[in-house]
Amino acid sequence: MAVASAPALPSPVGRRRAAWLDFIIAQPLGAVALFVVLVMALAAIFADVVAPYDPLEIDWGAMLSAPSMEHPFGTDSFGRDIFTRVIYGARTALAIGLLSSLIGCTLGAAIGIASAYFGGRVDMVVQRLVDMFLAFPIIVLALVVVAILGRLPVLGVDMNLVLAIAVPIVPKVARVIRSSALTIVTMPYIDAARTAGYSHLRIILRHIAPNVAAPYLILLTAFIAQAILLEASLSFLGLGVTEPTPAWGLMLSGNASDFYREAPWMILFPGLAISLAVFAFNLFGDALRDWLDPKFKT
Amino acid sequence: MKHSMLAGAVAAVSLALAVPAIAQAPSATPKRGGTLTFAISAEAPTYDCHAGNTYAVVHAVAPFYSTLLKFDLSKYPAVEGDVAESWEISPDQKTFTFRLRDNVVFHDGTRLTSRDVRATYERLRNPPPGVVSVRRASYEDISEILTPDERTVVFKLSEANPSVFQNFASPWDCIYSAAKLAEDPLFPQKTIMGTGPFKFVEHVRGSHFAGVRHEQYHVRGQPYLDGFRGVIFSQGSAMLNALQGGQVLAEFRSLSPAERDRIVGTLGQRIRIEEESWVLKLTVAFNAEKAPFNDPRVRRALSMAIDRWGGSQGLSRIATLRAVGGVMRPGSPFATPEAELAKLPGFGRDIRAAREEARRLLREAGVPNLSFVLTNRTLAQPYTPGGVFLVDQWRQIGVTVEHRQLETAAYNAAQANGTFDVILDFSNEFMDEPNNGLTKYISSDRSPNNPARAVDRDLDRLYDQQRRETDPAKRNAIIQEFERLAMERAYTVPLLWWHRIVATHQHLRGWQMSPSHLLGQSLAGVWLDQ
Repeated sequence: MAVASAPALPSPVGRRRAAWLDFIIAQPLGAVALFVVLVMALAAIFADVVAPYDPLEIDWGAMLSAPSMEHPFGTDSFGRDIFTRVIYGARTALAIGLLSSLIGCTLGAAIGIASAYFGGRVDMVVQRLVDMFLAFPIIVLALVVVAILGRLPVLGVDMNLVLAIAVPIVPKVARVIRSSALTIVTMPYIDAARTAGYSHLRIILRHIAPNVAAPYLILLTAFIAQAILLEASLSFLGLGVTEPTPAWGLMLSGNASDFYREAPWMILFPGLAISLAVFAFNLFGDALRDWLDPKFKT
Repeated sequence: MKHSMLAGAVAAVSLALAVPAIAQAPSATPKRGGTLTFAISAEAPTYDCHAGNTYAVVHAVAPFYSTLLKFDLSKYPAVEGDVAESWEISPDQKTFTFRLRDNVVFHDGTRLTSRDVRATYERLRNPPPGVVSVRRASYEDISEILTPDERTVVFKLSEANPSVFQNFASPWDCIYSAAKLAEDPLFPQKTIMGTGPFKFVEHVRGSHFAGVRHEQYHVRGQPYLDGFRGVIFSQGSAMLNALQGGQVLAEFRSLSPAERDRIVGTLGQRIRIEEESWVLKLTVAFNAEKAPFNDPRVRRALSMAIDRWGGSQGLSRIATLRAVGGVMRPGSPFATPEAELAKLPGFGRDIRAAREEARRLLREAGVPNLSFVLTNRTLAQPYTPGGVFLVDQWRQIGVTVEHRQLETAAYNAAQANGTFDVILDFSNEFMDEPNNGLTKYISSDRSPNNPARAVDRDLDRLYDQQRRETDPAKRNAIIQEFERLAMERAYTVPLLWWHRIVATHQHLRGWQMSPSHLLGQSLAGVWLDQ
């Protein structure tokens, strides 16, 4: 009942293909960005197949080799193939980026919706807490969290690093989702649901959450870019992933800072990868917003 | 690009060879005054020299303390008196009698007496509960310390020990006040108060140590400096920038080859580069209390998978690592010749055969797909390259390794508590003396210096035999046997020996290079030519 009356996603099941084509036609730049994101995701998933070398393989005979047919992006001071490490680095960046953004945005959305729905003192307290967290620069907050939590590797991903990146995302998302949810909680169908005696959980999950899905998705993609950048920054500062894990931020620090004059490719390609990933996710997020948000359509 | 690197390296080496001539030229009369600012690339985990095992402790606190003897770096490894004015050694080498200077004064104004020396060495050889004495095995043979008068201290040994005399010059044996130790045996952990050339001013954690001249220092006219400031750097690049910009005038531990080339390229003749082999090695310790590292086949397999000869070629270009060696420094009197070394497990030249054997041993031990955590320090040089190298070496026999790097305090805690699988450790010596160097390999219940938590009485027995042997040839044979057994049982194994590269600004004078970064750090003879 409620969902039908809300500004729903323009993707009814039977017309999914048309919606997909509609996105490409309406947002060509966004489509290109999506293509880049998909290529990165595929490279990350199939890194074992795509990459020509093992990312940990040291080859002293090839150390600091310039880009060539054998090593398209050159090699680092250990003789490791940079092309391979950039591909595997996508795995680290996307895994941490996606997980952090997913956790941060979901938690933020839950807090934002609850704050808007319950209102009153709950809203006041939650929003002051959000204000407090928003006062910290995102990198500082992440640094504090990572320094307190240390490391907790699970299946090759440092979950504490994921949490450290997710925490600064939470208040930002909570604030945006709350503002979207505030317009929904005043809708007649919410009053109707309350009158019908539905539980708070049911009202939130069935009648409010679906209607904030659009801003949620937009924030999710936008924060993947921020999370990738944050992961790279933390790794650069020595607080993210550790050597010899292939990670773009880490590839810019360590021995790269000793040898970038002789071998600029050591920092050029990981730097490009970070820029491209961040640019692609941001562009895709913007395009998704323009496509999903009715206000931008008019 | 490679040619430019080569040219840079040649230029750097040429300069390094040329500069000692400058450094050794007859120097002008030392000038008094000024504050030396130098870099310390790690935070000291303790103030207590007796418990310390990292240079960060020595570089931070050595200027505040004296020792009984000290090394004469111009004639290394000869020693000279520090608070000792003279000494006598009995013909049976079991009694050492030291006459102390009468003008040694603690920073609190009290005079140093033989009681202070005795209290210090009692704490070293027989630490009270709660006190850590890392090198207590070095003083096991001291049976009695006598103080017939205020200026005489007599050490009586139960057995002759060829290394005890030089050990009295250990930079770790800071002399503490007996009165302060009587009040609180943990006093040196919390407070810095000695008889060294500088008085403690402050330590701001993560920032700096500072000291001012001790006007009553026992060497007339010294120290020349008004004070010093040891600035703590956690990032190598920040330290190098500070050295390059003149904010710090030296980093006395070592630069990497790349850092050396960069600073020479920038500062040219304004910087002095000195290089030397180093009485310091990286070691790999397996936690023998934990499965599967309690199985000698697993430990030996992991040691055999390491291509030390190949690694030496590559790592020496990017890290402060260079020589392949066994338990003693290559080229030192008790070192195993290269041909003999290559026969030991883990030191063979045929790495393919060694890795095949390593895989077989792992299969036999039931862990063909072994995975574990390698605990390492966060220090860039040479720990990170060393760890990266090991991960790749073990990958090649199908072993998966998670490389976990910890800050010094957390690293020391992991080592002390045994909360590690395999740890990249270091053997930090100040002289080529087996009695010290081999403590890394004997049973942990005798030597806290061995982090492997292993007990092996065969190694202990050989250690004791060499310690008693006064004939150098016979002693050498026992050491070789010790080394063979230590490499076969592989609780702790050497990775590579370090190579020291020190850069100091030309106007910093009076500091002397040595094969140990633990020596010559009192700064008493250092002065600024400006």
